[in-house]
Amino acid sequence: MSGHEKNRSNEGVIDENLRRVYQETVDEGIPDRFKSLLEQLKQQDQAPDREA
Amino acid sequence: MSGPLLNTASDPRDELVDHLPAMRAFAISLTRNGATADDMVQDTLVKAWTNIDKFHVGTNMRAWLFTILRNTYYSSRRKAKREVADVDGIFTDSLAEKPAHDGYLQMADFRKALAQLSDEQREAVLLIGAMGFSYEEAAETCGVAVGTIKSRTNRARARLAELMGLKEDEAMEMTDDATMSVLSASKVSSF
Repeated sequence: MSGHEKNRSNEGVIDENLRRVYQETVDEGIPDRFKSLLEQLKQQDQAPDREA
Repeated sequence: MSGPLLNTASDPRDELVDHLPAMRAFAISLTRNGATADDMVQDTLVKAWTNIDKFHVGTNMRAWLFTILRNTYYSSRRKAKREVADVDGIFTDSLAEKPAHDGYLQMADFRKALAQLSDEQREAVLLIGAMGFSYEEAAETCGVAVGTIKSRTNRARARLAELMGLKEDEAMEMTDDATMSVLSASKVSSF
């Protein structure tokens, strides 16, 4: 394998691991607080003049 | 609610929820701390919601959100110099370590290596290598030239290869678990 091909192959290994690290975090899911926050923001917009 | 909700269908704010997992993963890659990352994501969500008129419908919302997120991070980093050492690093707090049975580099070692990179190199290589951003999208997200993103990504990959013992002049079979364990252990355990 030439040096260039070796670099290509290393890049593949590294990117595979980057994707895996990233995917593991994505797979942790999302804390409920973010969905509640979006709900709150939505409600504020729907009733801008009123304090709930 | 009832009736045809034309506005709802076209409100870009409805897409925010779809980007939450990616935003959180990107935030953790920047902060290397789950609690800080979640606070940043929360700030970003509020900013995105209230500034949605600045988002151009039809363009890349993920890139737009990442721009807000990283601006939040870098401005707070400037204010309060980092207190956490890099080496304990990326993702290690928030993620359980998994054994490498399958030819991947050992994840714990890989995360330590990733933590050795500068924030700028780490975000570039993650955007390009893990998240599928084009160089142009990453450049726009980070507010730098395309060439800068390319060179950060190349330097990051080279540094990771070096830290993980992936030498370009050594012919190695990357699928051999035992080989990988030995390599990982010998090259990274000294941190």
